[in-house]
Amino acid sequence: MLKLFKKTKDKIPKSEIIIEPKELKTPPLSKCGKPLLLDNTRWERRLHKELMSLIKEPPPGVTVDTESVQQNLSEWKINIKGFEGTLYEGEDFQLLFKFNNKYPFDSPEVTFIGNNIPVHPHVYSNGHICLSILTEDWSPALSVQSVCLSIASMLSSCREKKRPPDNTLYVKTCNKNPKKTKWWYHDDSV
Amino acid sequence: MDSDNEFLDNVDSGNVSSGDEGDEDFGMDVDPASSTERQLDTEEYQYKVLTTDEIVQHQREIIDEVNVVLKLSTPTTRILLNHFKWDKEKLFEKYFDGNPEEFFKCAHVINPFSKGTEAVRQKTTRNHPEECEICFSLLPPDSMTGLECGHRFCLTCWREYLTTKILTEGLGQTISCAAHGCDILVDDVTVTKLVPDTRVKVKYQQLITNSFVECNQLLRWCPSVDCTYAIKVNYAESRLVRCKCGHVFCFACGENWHEPVQCRWLKKWIKKCDDDSETSNWIAANTKECPKCSVTIEKDGGCNHMVCKNQNCKYDFCWVCLGSWEPHGSSWYNCNRYDEDEAKAARDAQEKLRSSLARYLHYYNRYMNHMQSMKFENKLYASVKQKMEEMQQHNMSWIEVQFLKKAVDILCQCRQTLMYTYVFAYYLKKNNQSMIFEDNQKDLESATEMLSEYLERDITSENLADIKQKVQDKYRYCEKRRTVLLDHVHEGYEKDWWDYTE
Ligand SMILES: [Zn+2]
Ligand SMILES: [Zn+2]
Ligand SMILES: [Zn+2]
Ligand SMILES: [Zn+2]
Ligand SMILES: [Zn+2]
Ligand SMILES: [Zn+2]
Repeated sequence: MLKLFKKTKDKIPKSEIIIEPKELKTPPLSKCGKPLLLDNTRWERRLHKELMSLIKEPPPGVTVDTESVQQNLSEWKINIKGFEGTLYEGEDFQLLFKFNNKYPFDSPEVTFIGNNIPVHPHVYSNGHICLSILTEDWSPALSVQSVCLSIASMLSSCREKKRPPDNTLYVKTCNKNPKKTKWWYHDDSV
Repeated sequence: MDSDNEFLDNVDSGNVSSGDEGDEDFGMDVDPASSTERQLDTEEYQYKVLTTDEIVQHQREIIDEVNVVLKLSTPTTRILLNHFKWDKEKLFEKYFDGNPEEFFKCAHVINPFSKGTEAVRQKTTRNHPEECEICFSLLPPDSMTGLECGHRFCLTCWREYLTTKILTEGLGQTISCAAHGCDILVDDVTVTKLVPDTRVKVKYQQLITNSFVECNQLLRWCPSVDCTYAIKVNYAESRLVRCKCGHVFCFACGENWHEPVQCRWLKKWIKKCDDDSETSNWIAANTKECPKCSVTIEKDGGCNHMVCKNQNCKYDFCWVCLGSWEPHGSSWYNCNRYDEDEAKAARDAQEKLRSSLARYLHYYNRYMNHMQSMKFENKLYASVKQKMEEMQQHNMSWIEVQFLKKAVDILCQCRQTLMYTYVFAYYLKKNNQSMIFEDNQKDLESATEMLSEYLERDITSENLADIKQKVQDKYRYCEKRRTVLLDHVHEGYEKDWWDYTE
């Protein structure tokens, strides 16, 4: 006689399986902040040229903090003045630009820093700015200067000083890097 | 037919159709009347399984067909087709009745017939050095290049720009010009020319092929992991298609073949199950306690008839309802139906359990149960193959032992159908037809459980001819019940019998 099917396992009480948590090992951080990539000289040349032209022919109200740049070419502090005749007249603001080694193919990370963050419907109280050219609409043909001009014009066209409606929640939950935010661009007409 | 192939797939190449689905008749051995597939689906659904190369080839054919009429450059036509989701009729319609300016603008292409293009060309034949707006280098004109929009950058910057877009952002057909605010798209020939790195080129080719398949209504990637075939149909419909890798799925939604429930309800159901995953986790768990002695029991086979292995208990019970097996075994399998009265009693007893949840859990439980049984039955194929080999060493020929494989095939089909009948039933409003449906479901369920149980138990006291006769009787009955159920549901679709709860 032939047995058709043999059960491979008996229906026995299931023993408890204890899964031991694997130890989490954090990878060693590289000492050098800047990962090596692409063509460093081209990257530096472009930043140098941008810096020179910003120092020589700065757009109105814009000045580079040259001391900060001398310390580190990949982080610039830029002062920007509120224009006359706008809601920000007489105010001084500071922007921080951070460039990674893919700049200008990757956009710079730009935030307001310091004690005076402009009260504006597109600027969060932590300094993050909701501006499409800083992420989706970035083009390598844009520059620090064109970003400064866009931000200046964004401030100038403001008609009511107020924070974005979702400020509290956003500031509590956002990533430190504003480029990690999936922005829903606020209505430009504000 | 080659016996080795039987356990993989029976599709060889090129044209396949659903008509031969599961059709593994072996001449003399099979009674044709009882083994015929459901007739409703025999109107041929034509489709082709394409390899990656064939997809690329198919893409070129469409471009050529359009170009016979439009007489534009191949790269431009490709961008236009992509814009119209590879629907050439739509493209022609827009091309011939709209205004050409608007037509090209919407597709993010410079109008090849506009005079401006000429001006750009002339401008670029100038001889003095130009400055690249990205790297700020002053370079001879032959180191600079650009699209028809006239925005020119150096070759190195283009290469880096395109590489970043392809590798970092995963863009293919939708990479636009590097100039700020310019939405003119970079065509594939330009990309291939400007990017020398093979790795990037391969990635780019993958990206554009992928967008071709994904936006084309008549194509669908086989959803099976690691499978690179795509299915091409003549008209998109909810139909069974079988990939060359063996995976069977619904062309319209890409899910496993889910007859009799329709795609939209299945989609709702899957979403609901995901949303309710916490509630369902405990039900989906693979263990239960013996209702009598509380020993933990693991289900390791597809059959719902359980016998407690605690030698002091040996309780016979039903895995689904945990009730005694006795009424199940002798009469019809009795726990498929969500009995409204019983549910009401349960609600009274446990007021905490909201009725909608209870109702959902009822269907979910049965749906999951069949899904899990199906996984076990797929393992059964391996053991069946071994048994068939053993039988051949005794007194049966290869053809004579095929009934066993056929039985498992049918068992799996029935489980799959049953699984989806619970999704169908969950959204169904009660009426006379839905009650007939539930009866059909109950009949199929009991027939399936009987077949499953028979195949799983040790069969020792009978001779092979008897076993064969019994297995065949059982699977033929299952097939019959399945056909009855599906035909009834389809008739309902045609005659508008089904009312839905949502
Ligand atoms: Zn360049
Ligand atoms: Zn352009
Ligand atoms: Zn496949
Ligand atoms: Zn479907
Ligand atoms: Zn027990
Ligand atoms: Zn039961």
